[in-house]
Amino acid sequence: MAPEDLSALQEILLNDFQKDFPLSPTPYADIASRLGVTEAEVLDALRELNEAEIISRIGPVFRPHRIGTSTLVAMAVPKERLEDVANYISGLPEVNHNYEREHRFNLWFVVTATTEVHLQAVLTEIEKKTGIAVMSLPMLESYHIDLGFDLKFNNQ
Amino acid sequence: MSSNQRLIEAIQGGLPLVSRPYAAIGERIGMSEAEVITRLSDLRGVIKRLGVVVCHRKLGYRANAMVVWDVPDEEVADVGQQLGQLECVTLCYHRARHLPDWPFNLFCMIHGKERNRVLDKLDSLVEQCHLSHIHHEVLFSRHCFKQRGAIYSQFAAAER
Repeated sequence: MAPEDLSALQEILLNDFQKDFPLSPTPYADIASRLGVTEAEVLDALRELNEAEIISRIGPVFRPHRIGTSTLVAMAVPKERLEDVANYISGLPEVNHNYEREHRFNLWFVVTATTEVHLQAVLTEIEKKTGIAVMSLPMLESYHIDLGFDLKFNNQ
Repeated sequence: MSSNQRLIEAIQGGLPLVSRPYAAIGERIGMSEAEVITRLSDLRGVIKRLGVVVCHRKLGYRANAMVVWDVPDEEVADVGQQLGQLECVTLCYHRARHLPDWPFNLFCMIHGKERNRVLDKLDSLVEQCHLSHIHHEVLFSRHCFKQRGAIYSQFAAAER
């Protein structure tokens, strides 16, 4: 499903419901009535977005460090090993984002755990398994209030 | 595990696409629909936002730049707050440096559909916030291996 295949309803669902999702017993029906469509239409539209992996979920985004701890990790992985190392890292349940970036430090990922001890154990294990040093860059402060992401469907 | 922790575990993968999603979540953990809703509204300090989590790359936002800055420590809060308020900045964090390999202590993300437009945004950001004297590097993402929400699944282990 390409971006240009999105229905008008899907565009609205994607852009306007990234926050303040209704905390009512029937949130999808409430959204539907606000938009003048049926609950089934909202559910179908979301299901399609889900299947196309355009949305990863409808759910909470947590504030960092309120219920656990996390850190951004960078590794300088030799090019010929990148795919293997990246796949191993992605397979760890504690890792959420994992990106290749254009830099000497070419693999960047976030490790999340409920305790600092567990977090450090994961980093140690990664170093042991890969033989490559990890550079851990924990967050000290956040300066951004995450209000979602304006997809600018009307302004392309 | 506390009730809030059980609720966070049950909901972090997402709400089901059914008429009464909070009732369905509650059913999994032996909690009433009303209690799920009340607890979620009380968890506002922990939950930054509740809603649709979009995969930007699938919508064509493939130029994702992490811009890192080496800001004097005494200025990092000011610069961070300035950047964090800009519309084009989607994340802005003060992070520990890692000397000597990594002198950068301020990180922000700029997403866009095309690399050149992201670099244009960065240029105007540098000008607008008077940052031309601050050393920075731009790290574009080349490949996304994994993107999902944080999963906090070790509550039980942590409490043992």
